[in-house]
Amino acid sequence: MLSRLRRIGQYSLVVLATLGRAGHIWWQAVWRKPQLRNLPLVIKQIYQLGVLSVVIIVMSGFSIGAVLALQGYNQLVKYGSESALGLGVALVLVMEIGPVVSALLFAGRAGSSVTAEIGLMKATEQLSSMEMMGVDPIQRIIAPRLWAGFIVMPILALMFSIVGIWGASLVGVDWLGVHEGAFWSAMQDGVDFKSHIMKGIVKSIVFGIVVTWIAVFQGYDTIPTSEGIANATTRTVVYSSVSVLILDFFLTLVMFSF
Amino acid sequence: MQMRSIEIVVGAFMLAGIISLAALAIRVSGFNVGTETSTYSVYARFENIGGLVNRSKVSIGGVVVGRVADIALDPETYTALVRMEIDSDVDTISSDTTAAILTDGLLGGKYIGLILGAEEEYLSNGDEILDTQSAIVLEELIGKFLLKKF
Amino acid sequence: MRASISGAWVLAFGWGPKKKNMTDYQIILEQVVFRRGQRRILDKISIVIPRGKIVAIMGPSGTGKTTLLRLIGGQLRPESGSVRVSGHEIPELSRTQLFNVRKTMGMMFQSGALFSDLSVFENVAFPLRIHTNLPDDMIRDLVLVKLQSVGLRGASQLFPSELSGGMSRRVALARAIALDPEIIMYDEPFAGLDPIAMGVIVDLIKTLNRVYRTTSIIVSHDIPETASIADIIYVISDGKVIGAGSPKELFEQDSPRVHQFIKGLPDGPVPFHYPAADYEEELMRDQDADSWS
Repeated sequence: MLSRLRRIGQYSLVVLATLGRAGHIWWQAVWRKPQLRNLPLVIKQIYQLGVLSVVIIVMSGFSIGAVLALQGYNQLVKYGSESALGLGVALVLVMEIGPVVSALLFAGRAGSSVTAEIGLMKATEQLSSMEMMGVDPIQRIIAPRLWAGFIVMPILALMFSIVGIWGASLVGVDWLGVHEGAFWSAMQDGVDFKSHIMKGIVKSIVFGIVVTWIAVFQGYDTIPTSEGIANATTRTVVYSSVSVLILDFFLTLVMFSF
Repeated sequence: MQMRSIEIVVGAFMLAGIISLAALAIRVSGFNVGTETSTYSVYARFENIGGLVNRSKVSIGGVVVGRVADIALDPETYTALVRMEIDSDVDTISSDTTAAILTDGLLGGKYIGLILGAEEEYLSNGDEILDTQSAIVLEELIGKFLLKKF
Repeated sequence: MRASISGAWVLAFGWGPKKKNMTDYQIILEQVVFRRGQRRILDKISIVIPRGKIVAIMGPSGTGKTTLLRLIGGQLRPESGSVRVSGHEIPELSRTQLFNVRKTMGMMFQSGALFSDLSVFENVAFPLRIHTNLPDDMIRDLVLVKLQSVGLRGASQLFPSELSGGMSRRVALARAIALDPEIIMYDEPFAGLDPIAMGVIVDLIKTLNRVYRTTSIIVSHDIPETASIADIIYVISDGKVIGAGSPKELFEQDSPRVHQFIKGLPDGPVPFHYPAADYEEELMRDQDADSWS
């Protein structure tokens, strides 16, 4: 019994220490005055994290939009209200699926690569050598990736939603024959910029912060061996996916019920 | 890859983000840019507005000419006072026009249909449409139908 | 044995009493203790490194040689004791001060530690771009001079992934000397190189020391190469200095542990066998009983 209690104690100390280290990185990277001369590094990371994720985001967004239209149509047509198809798809995409699924894809595509890259830099002593050259790796390596992640995530989510709605309109209007005017006007009547789209954007910003933070921290905190990097990469994907899903619930609770 | 081309691609990426946002705002949520200057307000009182909400359409012959801007209860008459914003290029709505709350399909949303009159005087900002038809509430209709039958 | 070790101490500190002036020592470590978990990696170790000399720190793997370098570079903090580099007490410096001291140090890592997303040229240019405001063409000239001195000017547009182990270490060396440091630290500069590449590195370390008068610290366990260029060698084991002196003096030492290390004998005070139960007894033990217990 005592030994079990002790193990719980040990485990919570480890968790606390990890959170502390993650907080330290956040503090060092974000709360310090951002250096303007690091802007090219941020741009490079926007390319790495954002531009290179566009293909997967667009493809997934399109398929999910198309599937939503197909499924939605099959249900709505039973009640003769297929004109609400556009509204339903748009709301679901803008508020939930856009931010959430694009954050999950971002964690898998960009988060894992950030972790692996930083982990490899640590294992090959690149971070150490940078420190020895009098350059802070947190400012030089970590901060640009964090900022890039914050910027990129909402853009990817927006792209996801817009491509999804486009996919839904192709399936719903052009293929299944929902009246085009009804499709769009129901959407425009029901979707509000402030109370739906903006909240979706807020969600995706939060997800971007969480996913990049986890990815960067896992890379920086990795055990510098090939096994350590592999484990850290897995942890990034698992932790950030789970956090996104849990956070989504609470964000929805807070933002949409008041 | 050269830094220059990365910068260009990133620029395009950011632009795509802004375009997505604009597309969502305009195409999906029907966010109109600069509506304040190009509309004028017309009021109408209804006994019952049914499911009419803010931003519901106002149409003439099925063509959207404006939107519902505000719905309030008139505390003296206990009727619903609806403010509509009509596009200012539609400025020849006669003063004896009828405003009716209609339904878009059987289960669709409510909208206001304007049926023009014959008067040569036109509605202008702040005027009220006096001839109105309230929303048809399905339950009442069914109720009336049943009463008549038995 | 005791006497011989203290003899080595006299040798090591022999420069001290003759020249009272402290500035002759670039680096002074005094009574440094460093612990990782429960294990004492460095146990009250004291080392002095004179300016402009090549000093080697040798010893078996896992005896805290690299830790020593990291203490000097301020990447690690000692539990107690003092680490003075060019008159600065390293553990007490603020972050900014530390980064300023580090500009006077170069370090060549075992793996080279080149930035994999930058070309050879940009790797060498990196410290210059960060710490100086020199115009681009001047940086270019400086980088080419440094690359020329390691014989890799022709490879300036290659990427680290295209270099062999010896070449990436030479690039790392060029990068380490980019800011003309006062101190260069070499972490295992000879490990895992073919004889030719090894010869090149040995030669480079010697030349750099002679030409730039830099204080050089080599951490290594390759005896012949290190002995051929070092002015002073410290042999450390179990976190303590067990021998110190010029290579010649060390070869003549009769301390069994130093003797074992220098001659590379498989068995001696550092036993061949990992501590274990009695051999015969373990073999005779009942297998089944063992696995069921």
